Amino acid sequence: MMNYIWSGIILLSVVYSLFTGGAAALTNSVMEGAKSALALIAATAGMMCFWSGIMEIAQSSGITSAVSRLFKPVYRLLMPDLADNEEISSAVSMNVSANLLGLGNAATPLGLRAMSLMHAENGANSASNSMVMFVVLNTASLQLVPTTVAVLRAENGSTDPMGIITNVWLCSAAALIVGICSAKLLENRRGRL
Amino acid sequence: MNIGIYVIPVVLTIIIGTGIIKHLPVFELFLKGARQGIASVFKIIPSILALVCAVTMLRSSGLLDALISLASPLLEPLGFPPELLPLSLLRPVSGSGSLAVLNDIYKNYGADSFIGKAASVMMGSTETTFYAIAVYFGSVGISKTRHTVPCALMADFTGMVMAVLSSRLF
Repeated sequence: MMNYIWSGIILLSVVYSLFTGGAAALTNSVMEGAKSALALIAATAGMMCFWSGIMEIAQSSGITSAVSRLFKPVYRLLMPDLADNEEISSAVSMNVSANLLGLGNAATPLGLRAMSLMHAENGANSASNSMVMFVVLNTASLQLVPTTVAVLRAENGSTDPMGIITNVWLCSAAALIVGICSAKLLENRRGRL
Repeated sequence: MNIGIYVIPVVLTIIIGTGIIKHLPVFELFLKGARQGIASVFKIIPSILALVCAVTMLRSSGLLDALISLASPLLEPLGFPPELLPLSLLRPVSGSGSLAVLNDIYKNYGADSFIGKAASVMMGSTETTFYAIAVYFGSVGISKTRHTVPCALMADFTGMVMAVLSSRLF
């Protein structure tokens, strides 16, 4: 998919600028873009490294598993058919708590493990209700501290880079509620969707 | 009411404090994690480079503005800023692509403008939906994802509409 999106953006830009006589500006923008890509990396890299260092401490000190214990009752409600399976429930709740803390690197392997355990349990080639719920949770942004966005805001002259955080929590919560409710509502529907 | 300025100090205190209480080698752990962080930064450089260049070209060719003004008669009556359309289309598909568009928005409209703020909230409250679906279901070889895509997209849509609404209100 990215093959088409990326080449589409570039080729359409080229064609459009040829028709509007902006070829010189387009040539400059390639070089400008390459430079600002590295500026973007430079701006965010330090904080990304710092944050993943801090989160390594969080994981070793058991904060991730403490958060995942908090999540357990909610999880039983969302995926009732798997509540008795200790192995799956711990993989699922560890994945969710890693997502909350913004530990993308840790969340994905835990999530993949949860998926393969769920797949082993039901064995079908179609997704189970719990699988759908779990993936919907992973497509929602659970991350509590939006560090990359804040750093990029600071880099672009924001006077209050973290000022967006209450709005982010509000919107994430709204999106999450809609995701969970629609997954619950649609789970009994049969057929193509 | 500005919780934002307290989040990082509080998180740092809780995490480092817990580590010290549990007698963990916090400094070594930090270095280990930061080293992994460098590795993931290196991993995303090529895709960031590819997409920032593409988005910069889209902006400077004038095509982005043309598309925005083309969409505005449709979106403006709904109260949705057409400047945010590119971000909302790319966000579910590509993490690097949406970061590139976000950066472009900050440079053009300012990070503290209404557009910049709504874009920040949109970026912070949604995820790379299609990527996550592909990775998770792909890993177990399931292609019948049933209601996953509609539910995830409804959630994204809610996040995006709420991002605009909440930025207007607060």
